[in-house]
Amino acid sequence: MTQKDPKLLIQPGPQLRQQMTTPAVMRDVWYALAPTTLAGIWFFGIGALLLLITCIATAVLTEWYFSPEDERRYFLGDGSAILTGLLLGLTLPPALPLWMAVVGSAVAIGVGKTIWGGVGSNLFNPALVGRAFLLATFPIAMTTWTAPGDFFTMPSSIFALPLMTGVVDTVTQASPLGLMKFEYTDTGFVELLFGNTSGSLGETSGLLLILGGLYLWWRRDLDWRIPVGILATAMAFSLALYMMDSGRYPGPIFTALSGGMLLGAIFMATDPVTSPLTPKGIWIFAVGIGFLVVLIRVFGGFPEGMMYAILLMNAATPLIDRYTQPRVFGRGLDTK
Amino acid sequence: MAKSEKQAYDEFIKGVWRENPVFVQVLGMCPMLAVTNSAINGVAMGMATFFVLMGSSFLVSLLKNLIPKQVRISCFIIIIATFVTVVDYVLLATLPGIHKELGAFIPLIVANCLILGRQEAFASRNTIRMALADALGMAAGFLFALVALGGIREILGEGKLFGISLFGDNFEPWVIMILPPGGFITLGLMLLFFNWLEEKKKKLDAQVAATEGSDL
Repeated sequence: MTQKDPKLLIQPGPQLRQQMTTPAVMRDVWYALAPTTLAGIWFFGIGALLLLITCIATAVLTEWYFSPEDERRYFLGDGSAILTGLLLGLTLPPALPLWMAVVGSAVAIGVGKTIWGGVGSNLFNPALVGRAFLLATFPIAMTTWTAPGDFFTMPSSIFALPLMTGVVDTVTQASPLGLMKFEYTDTGFVELLFGNTSGSLGETSGLLLILGGLYLWWRRDLDWRIPVGILATAMAFSLALYMMDSGRYPGPIFTALSGGMLLGAIFMATDPVTSPLTPKGIWIFAVGIGFLVVLIRVFGGFPEGMMYAILLMNAATPLIDRYTQPRVFGRGLDTK
Repeated sequence: MAKSEKQAYDEFIKGVWRENPVFVQVLGMCPMLAVTNSAINGVAMGMATFFVLMGSSFLVSLLKNLIPKQVRISCFIIIIATFVTVVDYVLLATLPGIHKELGAFIPLIVANCLILGRQEAFASRNTIRMALADALGMAAGFLFALVALGGIREILGEGKLFGISLFGDNFEPWVIMILPPGGFITLGLMLLFFNWLEEKKKKLDAQVAATEGSDL
C-alpha cells in the first residue's frame, strides 16, 4: 500500500503545518539560555558547571524513571526535562552541595511535573517548585552566596557527602539584594548589567538575559507582554517607593536588574503551560507578578521575591483564564 | 471455633493493612499531620488512640442492645470522651513532657473520625470479640502510620530517630520536614506509594486470575 515515492499524497488535516513543536520551542530556549549559562560558568568556575550538569542529569533520570515504560521516547524526546534541570541549576547558589541539587531536581520533576501528568499539565513552574522546596528545606545553604572568583577554584562545599552540611571555603558575599535589604547599599548599574556580582548561577548578568529574551521574542516563542508587564509594573511600583524615601527603597533600575527579576520575567513566568491564555489574562498575570515581587522584596522577610511571586500567580492562572475567557462568537449576548 | 478465630484474625489484618485507616481510608488526618514531627510523638498519639479505640469499641459492643438507635452517636461520643479524659489525665501525670508536646490534640481524639467511624460501622453491629479484633487492627494500623510518618520526618528533619542521632554532627537538617508543609508532602507521597502498591497488586491478581482461568 505504502509507496516509497507517492504520486498522490493524501493526508488528513491540518494541511498547513507550523514549525512550532514542543521540541523546537525547547531548543530555542536552550539557545537563548546559552550565553547566560556560559557567563555563569565563567563567573563562578567549574563548580558551577558541575552543578548544572548534576541538575540536568537528575532531571532527565527522574523523568525517565517516572514516565510510562513504552512512552519514554515521547516524554524524554521533547527536551523539557533538560530545560527544567537547566533552569533550576541557573537559580541555585553556585556553592550549593551537589546532593542538594539532586534532591531539588528530583522534586522539580517528580512533584513539580510528573505528579500532575507530565508536560503541559502542571500548575506550577517545575523548576521553581524545586527551588522553593530547596529554599524551605535548606535555608542556609540556599542563601550562601559566593563571590565570582577564579575559574578553576571549586568551593569544597559542593562535594559534601549526602545529608551532610557543606563547608563553604571560598569568599562569601551578600547578594546585591541582601545588601540593599539589610544594609541599604546600592550596587552599581554596570556590575548588575554585566553580572560580576554574587547571586544565583544564572541571574547575575542582566545584559545576556535580555539578549536571550530578544532572541526568543524574535523567534516568537515568548509573549512579549509578560516580561514587559512584569518589568513595567515592578519599576513603576519601586519608582513610587523610591520617590517617597530614596535612602531606604531601591530605585527602579536596581529593581529591574537585580536578583532573579530578569531570569524570572523572561524565562520562568513565560512558560506557556503555567501562564494565562488570553492577552487580557496575560496582562493581569504580569502586573500581578511585578507588584508581588516588589511587595515581597521591600516589605517581606526575604530579600528576593521573584520565585514566590511567579508561583503565586501560577496558582491564580486557572482563575484568570476563567474570568478572561473570550465570548464565543454569536453567543452570550442574550443573557445580559 | 477455628472459623471464628480466622475471622477475628481477618478483621485484625484488615485494619493493619488492607483497610489501613490512614493510607486507605484517609481518616484521622488531623492528628496524623499535627503531631508527627517526631517518631516518639507518633508513638504517644498512636498509643493514646489505641487505648481509646479499644476501650470504646469494647463498651459500645457490650452496650449495643441498650443504646437507642436515635441517640447512638451522642452515646458513642460520651463513651469515647470518657476514655479520652482518662488518657489525658494519665499522660499528664506520667509523661508531662509528651503531654505538653501533643497539647490540644489529646482532647481532640474525641473528634477523631476514625474512632467514631469504627463504633458506627463495626462495634455497634458485631460481637465483643470481633469488635476487639477490629479495634486492635485499626489502632495498630493507625499507630503504624503515625510512627512511619513521624519517623521519616524526624530522620530527615533532625537526623534522629526516637531522639538517637543517626548521622553525626555534620548532618544538614531538612528544615521543611519538621514544619507543616513537610507533613503534607510526606503524607501525600506515602498515600501515592500505597495507591501504587494497591494498583500493582490488582494487576498481579488479574494476571493470576487470567492464567488460572486459561488452565481450566
